[in-house]
Amino acid sequence: MRVTFTVNGRVHEADDVWEGESLLYVLRERLGLPGSKNACEQGECGSCTVRLDDVPVCACLVAAGQAEGREVVTVEGLAERSGAPGGRLSPVQQAFVDAGAVQCGFCTPGLLVATDELLERHPDPSDADIREALSGNLCRCTGYEKILDAVRLAAARGGETARDGEAARP
Amino acid sequence: MSDVTRTPTGLTQHSGTQGGIGASTLRPDGTLKVTGEFAYASDLWHEDMLWGFTLRSPHAHARIRSVDVSAALATGGVHAVMTHDDLPAATRYGLEIQDTPVLADGVVRHHGEPVALVAADHPETARRAAAKIVVDYEQLPVVTDERTATADGAPVLHPDRTDPHAAHVPHPNVVHRQPVVRGDVAAARARADVIVTGEYEVGMQDQAFLGPESGLAVPAEDGGVDLYIATQWLHADLRQIAPVLGLPEDKVRMTLSGVGGAFGGREDLSMQAHACLLALRTRRPVKIVYNRFESFFGHVHRHPAKLRYEHGATRDGKLLFMACRIVLDGGAYASSSPAVVGNAASLSAGPYVVDNVDVEALALYTNNPPCGAMRGFGAVQACFAYEAQMDKLAAALGLHPVEFRRRNAMAQGSVMPTGQVVDSPAPVAELLRRVQALPLPPQRQWESAGGATDVRALPGGLSNTTHGEGVVRGVGYAVGIKNVGFSEGFDDYSTARIRLEAVAGEPVATVHTAMAEVGQGGVTVHAQIARTELGVARVTIAPADTRVGSAGSTSASRQTYVTGGAVKHACEAVRERVLELGRARFGTYHPAWASAELLLEDGKVVTDGGEVLAALADVLGEESIEVEREWRHRPTEPFDLRTGQGSGHVQYSFAAHRAVVEVDTELGLVKVVELACAQDVGKALNPLSVTGQIQGGTLQGLGLAVMEEIVVDPVTARVRNPSFTDYLIPTILDTPTLPVDVLELADGHAPYGLRGVGEAPTLSSTPAVVAAVRQATGLALQRVPLRPEHLTGT
Repeated sequence: MRVTFTVNGRVHEADDVWEGESLLYVLRERLGLPGSKNACEQGECGSCTVRLDDVPVCACLVAAGQAEGREVVTVEGLAERSGAPGGRLSPVQQAFVDAGAVQCGFCTPGLLVATDELLERHPDPSDADIREALSGNLCRCTGYEKILDAVRLAAARGGETARDGEAARP
Repeated sequence: MSDVTRTPTGLTQHSGTQGGIGASTLRPDGTLKVTGEFAYASDLWHEDMLWGFTLRSPHAHARIRSVDVSAALATGGVHAVMTHDDLPAATRYGLEIQDTPVLADGVVRHHGEPVALVAADHPETARRAAAKIVVDYEQLPVVTDERTATADGAPVLHPDRTDPHAAHVPHPNVVHRQPVVRGDVAAARARADVIVTGEYEVGMQDQAFLGPESGLAVPAEDGGVDLYIATQWLHADLRQIAPVLGLPEDKVRMTLSGVGGAFGGREDLSMQAHACLLALRTRRPVKIVYNRFESFFGHVHRHPAKLRYEHGATRDGKLLFMACRIVLDGGAYASSSPAVVGNAASLSAGPYVVDNVDVEALALYTNNPPCGAMRGFGAVQACFAYEAQMDKLAAALGLHPVEFRRRNAMAQGSVMPTGQVVDSPAPVAELLRRVQALPLPPQRQWESAGGATDVRALPGGLSNTTHGEGVVRGVGYAVGIKNVGFSEGFDDYSTARIRLEAVAGEPVATVHTAMAEVGQGGVTVHAQIARTELGVARVTIAPADTRVGSAGSTSASRQTYVTGGAVKHACEAVRERVLELGRARFGTYHPAWASAELLLEDGKVVTDGGEVLAALADVLGEESIEVEREWRHRPTEPFDLRTGQGSGHVQYSFAAHRAVVEVDTELGLVKVVELACAQDVGKALNPLSVTGQIQGGTLQGLGLAVMEEIVVDPVTARVRNPSFTDYLIPTILDTPTLPVDVLELADGHAPYGLRGVGEAPTLSSTPAVVAAVRQATGLALQRVPLRPEHLTGT
């Protein structure tokens, strides 16, 4: 079958898709977007987290056909979506690098998409809120402590930017 | 962190270079990893690529009467099907003992053993074709523990053994046995005022690295193959793969792809040889990617263990003797069981002074899943048991657990049960003091000021199973000892190739090693070493591959030490050449060039007084200096097979934990509230990475304490929970705050005084959590992982 949907603001079309293929498989193997990861393909680890019409989902649990005509955001689209100047990282991506939240990095794309969604919804989350929002994303390397640091850092920087914006208003 | 380090060449390079050692330099691959561009093994793609799939045994022990692949071969889109009969050369491989069939050779010895391979144009086609392979199995009796494996008439899993351990084991189903005997336990037992015994059990833990086993094999025109692979040791893979393919090693070219974690689980081959075999058979590139289900069968696990300990002490709290027996289940194939036995035996007394010991450690061959390397490697199992014993002794003597440990803590100069003198700092008592001195987290943190309850801070969490009723707090302590580097006489070396050249007027160093970066941050640290030693800002880390000599394994907490040592050593040689070149070019202009005390700093050659002699780029001109060096740590000795005596280890590392838990005693649910760690790292080359390693290791220990276990059916030896639905690893909600206190007491034998970091925090984490639960519940708790029924008695 043919599946057509928008990924990171651009329309993509995949042909000869077998009905059993997941959105994750089509992103990774047919559209050349392997940023979303395949750590369990059972909906348990969150490494394939993408936004489907803004809602975070495990792309491994979404049949490709279900994405027909819908909007998908993956890790590859975060920088552009944040409005970061060309070639720069989004604030959440930068915070993960700066805080040492990346080790092997396999969980990172899913965590970034989940964090991005959390901070959109909740710009100043408590630690308990962060833990709850990210509880569907397994990380095996970091012990999560530096991931918490990264989310706090991204939130703090977001707050500064917002305040700067207000101060600059006439 | 601004120590000055004297190098063997007599030059004094300051570590203050921007981005040099001691700085929390950010990962060079960090940006690629957050943009999704970093290419892990499972992300690789090649024109005309086929997908490989592995058919695995549903039985733990069976004879294969016949295999019919005709229906699979006839499936559209299938390009090859291979069984044992199709293997071109060597049919077995192994890290130390070549006992593992590439594909089952008439017998399967564990659930999930590879039987056949399929290559097809779509992964689902390969999967479905494999399901059409008809294998006629005749099931055989299984051996699953010491009793069944060594019973009269027990099936011998590997008859006609010729490995080096076969001659000294008590039964052919014992892989290796290592006693350690020192002093006179019988006499000490007679003198002891208090004796405690205990039987302990550790379940089978999985590494659960997130990036599944995967790789891409591309056939080459010269009849060889290029393999892009996620592994922990390229050259050990190469040594095992080439004979299976019947190719000389120079026709098997390996490049490290992105690796999504390892923790010991990538030390053994998984799909490496399989992908190469299919690629050479089909003349097409072949990619194999395991899914999580298959990953649980595709790599070895941590050895489950049964441990019996007896300790005696004097009334005033001094250890007199220790006797123990440690039985490790190695499963169907040897993997690294012999080395795990050596570790368990030699580290079985823990970081304590005890003059009289009688230790026996062994690993079994059974029909359970093969077990081998996992972070902590034999020391984890022992630590769980000896730390429980320390608490029992403290209780019997009326001493605080920390005080009892302090009275027996080893220190620099102490003698191990193996007779090895610990010849660098061993701050065991200080680490315990530090975790004990931390303020305790406030009580009843789930209560907010307004009286509302945040269930997320309670055992059971969002399941909303309690609002504090039945919840009891406990605090527990533990400390552990781990060896760093490969032991027992192994020639443990690393190779580094360093190039220094001027690019656009700026000096640039390139570091080329075969070190497997699996997430630990070796690439960050090696660049820092090059900056410090060469005084350059720009360092490129070349891809790891087999075009350079071996870097040894990314295991045993050894890469910063050993490959870092090789990078440092090679950089020193480059520096000598730079100065020779400088003297030849500019020596006549300034008398200081004749001085031995010249440094490379900030891209310049300077005197130790800071006077600039030349820019590095001017010294280099058009020349490129390239040096390759091997580097070895101090040699070690094998353990005597009868007494276990011998200086078997290179370096010891120590960490201590304090756990604070809250237990819902009615439901048997545990919430770890805080898990603090203090560790001596000798010298923190990258403090940010060091903290990350300690926190990550700590959490894996927490997982073993309260949730992680591969459940193997005791009757059928089949794995019952091969998924992240049923094999649980800690989520961020299960994770407490993890305070870290880092000591830096230099080991004068190691580069920069550093001490391997990665494994020690995985040891004491588990027993600290269990000690805290024991304190909360008053229960004996002899087995990990803890389960609710252990706490409720139901």
